[in-house]
Amino acid sequence: MSTHTGTPDNATDHGAHDDHHHGHDDSAPHATFKGYMTGFVLSVILTAIPFWMVMGNVFEKPSTTALVILGFAAVQIVVHMIYFLHMNAKIEHGWSMLALIFTVVVVGITLTGSLWVMYHMNHNMMPGMMQDMHKVP
Amino acid sequence: MSDVSALSPQGATGANPSARYYLTREHHPENGTLLGFWLYLMSDCLVFAALFAVYGVLGRSFAAGPSGADLFDLRLVALNTSLLLLSSITYGFAMLEMQRNKVRATLTWLFVTGLLGAGFIGIELYEFAHMIHEGAGPQRSAFLSSFFALVGTHGLHVSFGIIWLIVLMAQVTRHGFIAENRRRLMCLSMFWHFLDVVWIGVFTFVYLMGTLP
Repeated sequence: MSTHTGTPDNATDHGAHDDHHHGHDDSAPHATFKGYMTGFVLSVILTAIPFWMVMGNVFEKPSTTALVILGFAAVQIVVHMIYFLHMNAKIEHGWSMLALIFTVVVVGITLTGSLWVMYHMNHNMMPGMMQDMHKVP
Repeated sequence: MSDVSALSPQGATGANPSARYYLTREHHPENGTLLGFWLYLMSDCLVFAALFAVYGVLGRSFAAGPSGADLFDLRLVALNTSLLLLSSITYGFAMLEMQRNKVRATLTWLFVTGLLGAGFIGIELYEFAHMIHEGAGPQRSAFLSSFFALVGTHGLHVSFGIIWLIVLMAQVTRHGFIAENRRRLMCLSMFWHFLDVVWIGVFTFVYLMGTLP
């Protein structure tokens, strides 16, 4: 097989010292069949339940359903991060995790900030508000 | 005053300078591509965050047009979601075969991944065409503009992922598992799984919550 020629390090060096050793070329973690299957089964469950909740009208109040399916989405994103993207605090000496945390913070500010500001702006710009504005001294 | 002089450069040069200024236990990463690609994905995440925010603000501005409950066929979305989820696991299998240095098995799983991705795009295009045909195109209301922008951007990402996948299949067929191809396959793996993560947000926030009364 000519496939070994490019990565002699990788093909021969996997032995007793495969963790915390960065001699070989792939700093990516080693994926396992079990890990992928765990992630897949969890994802199927976490996808099926929200679809069932919405399509079967399980809850009386739509707001309850919305909150619950958002919760499921958050859990499923974490599952994908761990089992498919192999995220942990060690890879790339923690820089990946640091970038992820920064992104999550910025995404959180963007989403909640936009929704919050625009909701209040819509609320305050309602046609009814203009009459009240005249009464304000 | 003696404290200050101890911290001056003269004081430091007496000792071993490398031990003074560098943490010897910290390796420099030998291959920065994967970290760089991860940073790209995080910036892509911000693009999607902006589009999600737009949809969150405008998603209920129907302009007396059709709402999500009128337009979305959740059975189709469920099918689409399962196609994308299956393509994630088949890409995972391809990566496992790559770890075992099996070219043919890797190519087979990559091919299956590409087919599932193409099926996803096909269904999405069918959905878009159906909506536009019914007069619910992007110009109909703010809701539909933001819907097409968000879901269309995700679909474009998947399309480019499929093109990338085909290119990599050709590369692996030609050169085998050289270090460059392994690195490229790992980058595409991150890209592909990342798109699945974004899709979780799309089907929850757009389709499922859009269908709620």
